Amino acid sequence: MLRLENVHKRYGDQEVLRGISFHVREGSITTMIGRSGGGKSVLLRHLIGLEKPDSGSIFIAADDVTRMNARDLNKVRRRFGVLFQDAALFDSLSARENVAFPIREHLKLSEKEIQDLVDDKLGKVGMLRHADKFPSELSGGMRKRTGLARAMALDPDIVFFDEPTSGLDPVTRGAIYRLIEESHSERSITYFIASHDIEGALEFSDEVMMLYEGKIIAHGTPEEIRHSTDPVVHQFIWGSAEGPIAID
Amino acid sequence: MREVSTRDPARSLTSTVIRRRVQEASELSILAFFGAMISGIFVAAILFLEEVGRMLVLLGRSLEWLVRPPFRYGEFLRQMDFVGAQSALLIVLTGGFTGMVMGLQGYNGLHRYGAESLVGATAALMLSRELGPVISALMVIGRVGSSMTAELGAMRNTQQIDALASMAVEPVQYLVVPRLVAATVMLPLLAGVFSFSGMLGTYIISVHYLGIDSGMFMSGITQYVDASDITHGLAKALVFGLMFSLIACYKGYYVTGGARGVGVATTNAVVISSVLVLISDYMMTAVMFGST
Repeated sequence: MLRLENVHKRYGDQEVLRGISFHVREGSITTMIGRSGGGKSVLLRHLIGLEKPDSGSIFIAADDVTRMNARDLNKVRRRFGVLFQDAALFDSLSARENVAFPIREHLKLSEKEIQDLVDDKLGKVGMLRHADKFPSELSGGMRKRTGLARAMALDPDIVFFDEPTSGLDPVTRGAIYRLIEESHSERSITYFIASHDIEGALEFSDEVMMLYEGKIIAHGTPEEIRHSTDPVVHQFIWGSAEGPIAID
Repeated sequence: MREVSTRDPARSLTSTVIRRRVQEASELSILAFFGAMISGIFVAAILFLEEVGRMLVLLGRSLEWLVRPPFRYGEFLRQMDFVGAQSALLIVLTGGFTGMVMGLQGYNGLHRYGAESLVGATAALMLSRELGPVISALMVIGRVGSSMTAELGAMRNTQQIDALASMAVEPVQYLVVPRLVAATVMLPLLAGVFSFSGMLGTYIISVHYLGIDSGMFMSGITQYVDASDITHGLAKALVFGLMFSLIACYKGYYVTGGARGVGVATTNAVVISSVLVLISDYMMTAVMFGST
């Protein structure tokens, strides 16, 4: 579903992505873990097509998004949803209108059909009661749930999550993972999550990979990652201050 | 008689060497200073050209997306309301008072030569050619330009622009194009409103307060003011509208550096737009009116 081949990206002197290659199975939940500021969000921006790599290819299904013009890229983008780190809701629109936005843009439906669809999506994330509130009136967890409803609005084939649980209390964090699991069980959607939430990654993912110093240093099932003998992975998983990962 | 030096030759040699070193050092530092200055100017020129180039690229992309569907009429109307209708009261007020001041000052100046009947014509020429487009542009830059930069900058910082792109909505088409079109269309209208309010202010002060004959006031206007004065003024306003909105959108759209970056970008957008309005006004005046 998602395939990267030798992706490189450099900003000035700093090489952020150094030959990234991996493959994500269709219908799987894959989590990429790594340190904050380690390039996860940069890689995610490449997958969404917001940035182009210096070299290498990124395939979504059979389409190489690195070699597309804006129009073709937009066709591919209609097949995926994105939940940004702080949800990135449009603050001039209510929660309801935020979810309705991609539907209005891409589907030719009557107003009643749009509102029914929005109610359905907001209901699934438990936000129907707060549908008419604006983002500034919502808590962090509510914004993420609304963002999730918006990401799922067009029933995408693949959904990207950027730190879906960062900044949330444990209960809300659990609720977000439950929503991800529930929506995944309804349809076989491919989920790609960038996160430094190790517990969540190991509990809810089919596959986990670790990005470190611009490279994927480990990729396997949660069990394989948990028992990895790689000292970097081991230190990261167990959150030890001692080890090869230098503290900045 | 040959003068005999009483100084120690060793000391004399040392001081010569020191003087030479000091001279060499100062020459070096002057060279280094000029070198640094030239390279600084060169770098600044490159950065300026790069900025102008990026701005023109944004303009090119906007023109491209202006003619490509979907046409977002709702966004166009919303921006026109914000730029035009919501600025109207401000423009009427500033225009009216500017006209009243012109009535008072024009009378004071022209009365000395017994030419107070020309107050109306002078005010009409000044308002239609210069003050209408320039002051309304400066007012709209303060109210609308700053808001455009701050809004787009905040959207960039909170990933709302990325969210648009990820939903297959072209951000330039959705955010930039309606703002450019609204400012370009509405500023000439606002300049017209400013000039009309100004003339009304001048008329009230001149005729009802200073006692100038209404017929003389009006005949001066019809005698000296040409239709081209009005059309040239409106053309200037159109250029100002496109220019300030492009600068405001560019500064907001490409903002970096968080909340502080938005603040800096907003200040820069307002200052650069205001200065460019005055510079380009001179250039357009020189081309359009010359010495007429």
